[in-house]
Amino acid sequence: MGMTITEKILAAHSGHETVVPGQIVDSDVDIALGNDITAPIAISRFAEAGADKVFDTKKVVLVPDHFAPNKDIASANQAKVMRNFAKNQKIENYFEVGRMGIEHALLPERNLTLPGDVIIGADSHTCTYGALGAFSTGVGSTDLAATMITGKIWFRVPESMKFIFRGVKKNRFISGKDLILYVIGKIGVSGALYRAMEFTGPMIDDASMDDRFALANMAVEAGAKNGIMKPDWKTEEFMNSQEISPGRDFTQYESDEDALYHSVYEFDGDDIDLQVAYPHLPSNTRPVSEATDVTIDQVVIGSCTNGRFHDLKVAEEILRGNKVAPGVRMIVIPATQKIYMRAMKEGLIETFIDAGAVVSTPTCGPCLGGHMGILAAGERCVATTNRNFIGRMGDPKSEVYLAGPAVAAASAITGVITDPTQVVTA
Amino acid sequence: MKLSGKTWKFGADVDTDQIIPARYLNTIDPAALAAHVMEDADPTFAGKVGEGDIIVGGDNFGCGSSREHAPIAIKAAGVSCVVAPFFARIFYRNAFNMGLPIVECKSAADDANTGDVFEVDLAEGFVINKTQGKTYESAQVPPFMQNLLDAGGLIAYTRERISKQP
Repeated sequence: MGMTITEKILAAHSGHETVVPGQIVDSDVDIALGNDITAPIAISRFAEAGADKVFDTKKVVLVPDHFAPNKDIASANQAKVMRNFAKNQKIENYFEVGRMGIEHALLPERNLTLPGDVIIGADSHTCTYGALGAFSTGVGSTDLAATMITGKIWFRVPESMKFIFRGVKKNRFISGKDLILYVIGKIGVSGALYRAMEFTGPMIDDASMDDRFALANMAVEAGAKNGIMKPDWKTEEFMNSQEISPGRDFTQYESDEDALYHSVYEFDGDDIDLQVAYPHLPSNTRPVSEATDVTIDQVVIGSCTNGRFHDLKVAEEILRGNKVAPGVRMIVIPATQKIYMRAMKEGLIETFIDAGAVVSTPTCGPCLGGHMGILAAGERCVATTNRNFIGRMGDPKSEVYLAGPAVAAASAITGVITDPTQVVTA
Repeated sequence: MKLSGKTWKFGADVDTDQIIPARYLNTIDPAALAAHVMEDADPTFAGKVGEGDIIVGGDNFGCGSSREHAPIAIKAAGVSCVVAPFFARIFYRNAFNMGLPIVECKSAADDANTGDVFEVDLAEGFVINKTQGKTYESAQVPPFMQNLLDAGGLIAYTRERISKQP
């Protein structure tokens, strides 16, 4: 019997010819990631375990991105714990403010995350790297600690769900974010609990890497262990276009024809509109055409979901020649320094500032209610981020509406949630 | 191990942002985190939860962020156990790894009202609602995870693992 891409990667990393869902495997780990919020706990556990060195100074990656640049004294102390650990352990891939970016945008840019890898991160959106054809999943700090010590982690092999996107997108503003919000709306926030979500079909083949990253990024919002898609020429082109070459060999896997799935969903591009997820769950979706009369106070374009270059580019095209509506604060956060630089060179930053938006250094910042755009009670924000839970971006009485960059940019111009095709020609 | 305590009932999809909002994640001190436990689900909770009390959640308890601060805050607040129909994946793993007992038992969670007294038998796998006089069978802990628990959690297990290395 055949295996899925997820099963093949886990088999190859655990010394098995084949694995089946439900099997517990002890897997080798290619990259173990932590950030300024989660690494400090992992570092305490590392010491508790009596460990004195990490398993591989190249394979542990630490990025201060959540509350960095440090938002307050306590955060500065947390960041310092991680910085000192990185220094003492001679971690090669520690990225300081000024050279860092939002982790899940930064690592692929550095070719640290490769097709066929097993990647764990003490951050739930670690599932992002599934866009490269890697098995990639979020864990907690204790798991990160154990992996930093041993280079291994146990997994229960997940069942796989297959999502086939047929046809083409309805208009050019439909993005990877709309596809994943549409799926989460269909299956719910625990619809893929403990399972692998495998994305395939012509619309995935057509999608840009930035759209694929956004899609895989939110698999966790359906409860999934990982989101994954097979690597192709776009994956290779993405990797080859980076300044740094992969420092390791890698393998491109794809699912066998006769692989077994828990379930198979088929969607058609004609049925997928631009999506908006209403408070307070990512599954609370509706087409933007049905999102009427929602006035907003803030727009955030950024995060590990939608802070990549093409996300900013789509927003910029919509904003060009327009102004952010009076009473609306628009915050644009390029996900990495490299994206920031490109946006500057290609004139995007100028458009944003001309329109009345603010452009921030890379940080997770407002996405998790950290800093750089916290909401007051009663305020509403359209955000290209990934969660709209109660209190996620600030006061528990504030509201976050999740959308792709096109809806966010159009809404910034009008001050109400707006279909971008109503603002510019689709 | 048997645990007994008064229950506090919550709804479905309680995410880790509700359990411990990110605005408090600039520390890893368990007591400081416990002071804000469940704050965005019930702002008065930290002030009224008592030692040994049991949280009863709905479906998908602990969804969202991977922050281990969530089970740490719950445990440090004195909560002895969380009972829910099922848990979000990372929370489930984190709870085992850091030693917060969690039990999957849908009917016990569905039937419970805040204030009911539960007795939870982790080893035998049942939950008794002493207030309502009902006994429920809970889901079995997978054998591999039971081994982890028996070893004293993932860190103790890892300590053992590295001590065996040459």
